[in-house]
Amino acid sequence: MMILWVVVPVALAFVAAAIVAYVRAARAGQFDDLETPAIRMLFDDDGAPAGVPPQQRSPGPGRAEPKRG
Amino acid sequence: MAIDSTVSPPTRSAAVACAHCGLDVPRARIAADGKPSFCCPGCATVHATIHALALDRYYELQDDAAARRPATVSGKSFESLDHAAFAAEHVTRRDDGTHDVVLALEGVHCAACVWLVERLPRILPGVVDARLDRVSGRASLRYDPAVVTLSAIARTLDGLGYPPHANRGAARQAARRARARKHVVDLGVAGACAGNTMLFAFALYGGHLEGMDPTTRTMLRVVSLAFTVLSLAWPGRVFFQGAWTSLRTRVPHMDLPVALALTIGTLFGARNTLLDVGDTYFESLTVVVFLLLVGRFLQEKRSRDALDAVDLLFSVTDATVRRLDGDVERETPIEALAPGDRIRVRHGETVAADGMIERGTAAFDVAFLTGESKPRTLSIGDRVLAGSRNQGGEVDVVVEASGARTRAGRLMETVRSAAETKSPIVRTVDRMARRFTVVVLVLAAVTAVLWWGHSQERAVQHAVALLIVTCPCALGLATPLAVTVALGRAAKRGILIRGADVAEALCAPALVVLDKTGTVTTGSMQLCEWSGPATILDRVAALEAGVEHPIAIALRQAVPAARGVVTQRHVEPGFGVEGVVDGETLIVGSPRYVERRTSALPPFIQAAVERVRVRGLTPIVCARDGLVEAVGGLGDALRPDAKAAVHALSKLGHEVVLLSGDEPAVAYAIGRDLGLDIGSIEGLASPERKLERVRAALASGRRVFMVGDGVNDAAALAAATVGIAVSGGAEASLEAADVYLAKPGLEPLLELMRGSARTLAAIRRCLRASLVYNAVNVVLAMTGVLNPLVAAVLMPLSSLTVVTLAFRARTFGDEP
Repeated sequence: MMILWVVVPVALAFVAAAIVAYVRAARAGQFDDLETPAIRMLFDDDGAPAGVPPQQRSPGPGRAEPKRG
Repeated sequence: MAIDSTVSPPTRSAAVACAHCGLDVPRARIAADGKPSFCCPGCATVHATIHALALDRYYELQDDAAARRPATVSGKSFESLDHAAFAAEHVTRRDDGTHDVVLALEGVHCAACVWLVERLPRILPGVVDARLDRVSGRASLRYDPAVVTLSAIARTLDGLGYPPHANRGAARQAARRARARKHVVDLGVAGACAGNTMLFAFALYGGHLEGMDPTTRTMLRVVSLAFTVLSLAWPGRVFFQGAWTSLRTRVPHMDLPVALALTIGTLFGARNTLLDVGDTYFESLTVVVFLLLVGRFLQEKRSRDALDAVDLLFSVTDATVRRLDGDVERETPIEALAPGDRIRVRHGETVAADGMIERGTAAFDVAFLTGESKPRTLSIGDRVLAGSRNQGGEVDVVVEASGARTRAGRLMETVRSAAETKSPIVRTVDRMARRFTVVVLVLAAVTAVLWWGHSQERAVQHAVALLIVTCPCALGLATPLAVTVALGRAAKRGILIRGADVAEALCAPALVVLDKTGTVTTGSMQLCEWSGPATILDRVAALEAGVEHPIAIALRQAVPAARGVVTQRHVEPGFGVEGVVDGETLIVGSPRYVERRTSALPPFIQAAVERVRVRGLTPIVCARDGLVEAVGGLGDALRPDAKAAVHALSKLGHEVVLLSGDEPAVAYAIGRDLGLDIGSIEGLASPERKLERVRAALASGRRVFMVGDGVNDAAALAAATVGIAVSGGAEASLEAADVYLAKPGLEPLLELMRGSARTLAAIRRCLRASLVYNAVNVVLAMTGVLNPLVAAVLMPLSSLTVVTLAFRARTFGDEP
């Protein structure tokens, strides 16, 4: 089981790196808002409507697709 | 947008959704074929703006599930945002010349809002970047002041249906965010330690079954020990801090038994690792730290959201005034006001500073400051106080004191000192902690004694194992989880609760102190009594049309539709109106005014006036063609649900008291209508008197729930065991209270009580379940069956049970 003497320190180094990266990200405020970024990534950068399918909303009479000018 | 009220085909009259917000459109507003319909003018304006800016995609992104609300457009100029006083407080400069600002937006509710607000750089040149936090409703903007002014940005946001406001309480939010980041770091580190220790534990379990050479075993155990020490010393330090505080202040706290188990478990594991004997429980210990921190994190997040929501309410309250520069009105931030400035206060606005009226006459509602329900008519030379609301008329005021030096500002000082002296609420779980610790220590001693004769080594092993496995992990999780779920549901129903302990404190019988004006009453004038022909009332309403006085407004609202053609009208502000309606001369006003214009009032009318006065109402008299024919009584009417709510409160075991700043006659009349006996009603109670009453009751060892809405209640709200601010209250009361009810009336108060009771029941259920697990653990440890593997399985199992119980519990919103 000599390989453990290599694998364990390597694993520990990974853990240490992960913890450092995580703490830096948290302190920089990357976890401040956990909801909006999840929404934001759904929007395309340009107003092209191709990316997001239109909402499947029941088209009530007054709720007709707004006319594009 | 065309509003077509004549044709609306029967097929579509059922429910037409607003083209902007999706709410039902009132029948009268349904548009003719093809054209979109809107529920309100706000939605129509916003829809037109969005369409004009070619942002129609907003409607594709709208989330059907999100709560809907009609759009509001304030139409303000937002000049005050360009003021130096605003910039000094809210705007930060960057090196490249751009400015950063955070604005609190009203009306943010779904994903599409994020999209729309973040399109800002594309529709308004000069805006470099826009980011919206959907949960807190705050937009962070970066803009170039050389290209665009902040007021222009604000007007654009306003046009999109998100009226912006100065983000007040930014310092508080920053402090909360810093704390939150610390929690996130702690949580992550604890999770990493727990996960890695668990990996090594699996290797060790394998070695236990299959055999493992001692060097490798020691190496794995040393690494586990290192992770455990890291976990305890970094994220786990909060438990030791808590335990230390608990010891020092002699207030029991759940952290004490947790710290005890963690310390003993780690020392024992370290000893066994170094001596290469016995078992270690590192994986259980690190998982305990992680799970307890998860519970705390969720709870903190929930109360942080509630506090952010309260801050948003603050920001939405008007922070600008109309300052007069010569004759020109300018929107100015309140902070920029100085003594000697002249401000204009219009109908519906709140006076922002103490001062003297220089021009005009208006009726002022001073209920927030004093609890008086009757408006005061003030004119040139009279003093007005900050916080008074103009209910009719327009005045110019010369500022004498602003900010903290006003009467309202000085009252806020009392609020702060009252809040500081408030003693903390001891939670059920913390009360259990002391007994729990004693019982566990006794059981450990018993175990050691029982095994001592058998083998000393095993006696120590089993006693320590017992101490570790009874570590109250599930116990510590029970309260935070149950409360987190409950507070979340409460917030959805418009009940904002600041902390977890509040819900528990609400469950025991207490002295409930109710404020009168605005709390048990509607807070606005209404016609409460009318003796005389009803047809006159219709004509009186017609005569009062266009008169901006609370009494006139109340009379207009008293009839479904005013009838009568007014050919002549003369208003004497503050006294009454005289005019010709349908050819008959009508005189409406105070008894003295009418008497002066006709003749002495006949005795039966005088008796009626007296009856109205005894009820605490303001009498008005109405004469037709010189003959007095009707007497009306106006006052602050009881909320329809108030009496039932007070009755329900008494049935729950609370003692209800009415404390009003209003005149005793009014307070007694309202108190009697509520079914209170004379001893529990007090009138003319100043803010200081209210605070004194609350403190006296607290000193005699009672719990006090203060329910109020005004600045005059704020100190008492802060001092009470639980302060509850009701909807529409002054911001001072918001700041002081522990609970904010966003829906009007007293029904939400009962809902709060019932929900809290169910929350406490849920907490107790969770506590019982975790105690059962602990009992099983104790038996296993005492009989010596327990080993690290069994402990590692049992502990998460108990936590899982508690989590399930907490999330399935009925609390707010589900009637049993």
